[in-house]
Amino acid sequence: MDFFGKPKSDQSSASAKNGKAAETAKHDERMVPWVEKYRPKNIDDITAQEEVVQVLRKSLETKNLPHLLFYGPPGTGKTSTILALTRDMYGPEAAKTRVLELNASDERGISVVREKVKTFARAVVSQADPRYPSPPYKIVILDEADSMTGDAQAALRRIIEKYSRITRFCLICNYVSRIIEPLASRCTKFRFKSLPRDQAVARVEHVAQLESVRCREGAVGALVDCAAGDLRRAIMSLQSAARMVHGGDGALDADMVAELVGVVPSAVIESLRAAWNAADSGALRTVVDELIYSGYPASQVLAQLHDRAMEDQQLGSLQKAKIALVMATVDKALNDGADEQLQLLDMMMQASRIAQSA
Amino acid sequence: MALWVEKHRPATLDKLTFHSGLTDHLRQLANSGDLPHLLVYGPTGAGKRTRIAAVLREVFGPGADKLKVSQRVFETPTRRKLEINLISSNFHIEVNPSDAGIYDRVIIQDLIKEIAQTQQVATTSARKFKVVVVHEADALSRDAQHALRRTMEKYMGNMRVILCSSSTGKIISPVQSRCLLVRVAAPTIDEVVDVMNIVAKKEGITVPPAFARQLAASSNRNLHRALLMLEAAYVRQYPFDESHEPPLPEWEEYIRKTAHAAIQAQTPAQLMAIRKQLYEVLTHCIPASTILKTIAMHLIDSVGEALKPVVAHQAAFYEHRLQSGQKAIVHLEAFMAKFMSVYKRHLMDAA
Repeated sequence: MDFFGKPKSDQSSASAKNGKAAETAKHDERMVPWVEKYRPKNIDDITAQEEVVQVLRKSLETKNLPHLLFYGPPGTGKTSTILALTRDMYGPEAAKTRVLELNASDERGISVVREKVKTFARAVVSQADPRYPSPPYKIVILDEADSMTGDAQAALRRIIEKYSRITRFCLICNYVSRIIEPLASRCTKFRFKSLPRDQAVARVEHVAQLESVRCREGAVGALVDCAAGDLRRAIMSLQSAARMVHGGDGALDADMVAELVGVVPSAVIESLRAAWNAADSGALRTVVDELIYSGYPASQVLAQLHDRAMEDQQLGSLQKAKIALVMATVDKALNDGADEQLQLLDMMMQASRIAQSA
Repeated sequence: MALWVEKHRPATLDKLTFHSGLTDHLRQLANSGDLPHLLVYGPTGAGKRTRIAAVLREVFGPGADKLKVSQRVFETPTRRKLEINLISSNFHIEVNPSDAGIYDRVIIQDLIKEIAQTQQVATTSARKFKVVVVHEADALSRDAQHALRRTMEKYMGNMRVILCSSSTGKIISPVQSRCLLVRVAAPTIDEVVDVMNIVAKKEGITVPPAFARQLAASSNRNLHRALLMLEAAYVRQYPFDESHEPPLPEWEEYIRKTAHAAIQAQTPAQLMAIRKQLYEVLTHCIPASTILKTIAMHLIDSVGEALKPVVAHQAAFYEHRLQSGQKAIVHLEAFMAKFMSVYKRHLMDAA
């Protein structure tokens, strides 16, 4: 093998051996999840969440930061916001020594709170970078704080107060109700809203453009819709989709996106809806069998069929309510691991009967 | 002598017959130099494993075919020793975590960490990652899936995971969103027939078209099963007799008879007889939910239009109970008794 051969720029498999070094570098580059790559670098980059950003910018100017509690649905930029804030505050270098980030994958029992967090919290503040505001305190970020045990949270109470002179805490969680009251009352709460559709679309389009992923009309919209306000998920899906079209000369379109994120095509849902009006149950059985053979996940079918039924103009309110009840029962059974074919067949037969009753 | 199913299994992407669109996508993925984590799902006998093996071969070359079976011992936190069979090549490793029962988390963590921390040393390969194939991923416990979620991101550099599962319903969404979803639908009847003809040609036999269609239909579009049935029919009688019904598996024949008995008479004595039959099937290790489903489908076909939704509903109800419950026979029997009562009332109303 020729190790010293000149790296070639094209990526056909023949050149893989020659340009191994170049290839490896390219590999590593491509392996970074885009979610990490395009995380907002500073606080002005953050999409939406104007109120939060405004308050935090103020605190940058005055160098005064309260303890923070961020909550909101996944993928709305909670972690990004606090990371961007620390970078603006201390600069990228000093941030490493001044910030302790713990998330759910790290061990976070009471012993860790007592030792690791406490040791960090009471350490003296390190040298500041003069080019940044660098207020004289450190920051502890507890990501996914709602998965901490009650005991661990209770142990935090006193630590937060005792070292508040030199350490600020930022708790991040999805459900504020899982944070114990005494802890919540020590922090300023910020709610992160789901991203508005147009802003999410703009962001995903921006990423797609930088990564030169060609998208047809509606593809980005479909990505965002499937993610339901979760920007991380949308960008993750975009990256997977990009691998699919990479190398080929195809562009991404809405149907491909639907297939990738596991959404059932609307034609299939329509055929299920149409079967409700059929006269005999034979049609229902064929349609359910076809669904199972196609391998669509029953829970996903159920969710989409539910959305479809609720907006149906031909059904009355009472019918909709009854159908929703049936679907809820079936969903529970599916969740318990019951057989998909039997459950769907049952649901379809009952729904059909309800739809046909006047 | 290998079974036809194994003998004629396509080894490369080029030899796959149906789902050509999907095959093209997979080829693009494999050749792009980087493979994302994959979640392959679809009904049984649709060719999930075949496709996974073909993708691995496309990515790593023929070396991925040299499989060896090894036995590994894992230790649980409670110091229990677990012996697990692993199938591995130089480039990938296959596990079936359902062997491990409730300790699957330990296996997933240990195995993946070990693989992720050893770099690919074979200099011939252009890829710097190894692949872990997890079969029956829907049987993974929640704990194991959460453990997977973290490791999948952390060791993305030198390890990829391919999950193989019959449905995505039981895979938690954080894991789903880290994977590229690949849906493998069941082949259509024509496609099953095509494959049967290819196999028949290689074996040097002829299959009458009508008989092939019959086989394909009664296999429920399960290619694996269709080929097994073809071979069974061949062993039993060749040349094929077109009027001959394709042979059902013996247990299925038996269950059908049981279902039929419930339609014929609805008495306590009959229920006792049925109970004996159900026990008989259960002791032959046929899964209880398969029994219930087979009976239910047969009953739905046999009863009148008005009764079909009722039977479907009861079947769904008792199958759900079966999943949450402990003792299978109780629920099977309850379903049969319920059916008898419903059916008898229906007959009396009609009279």
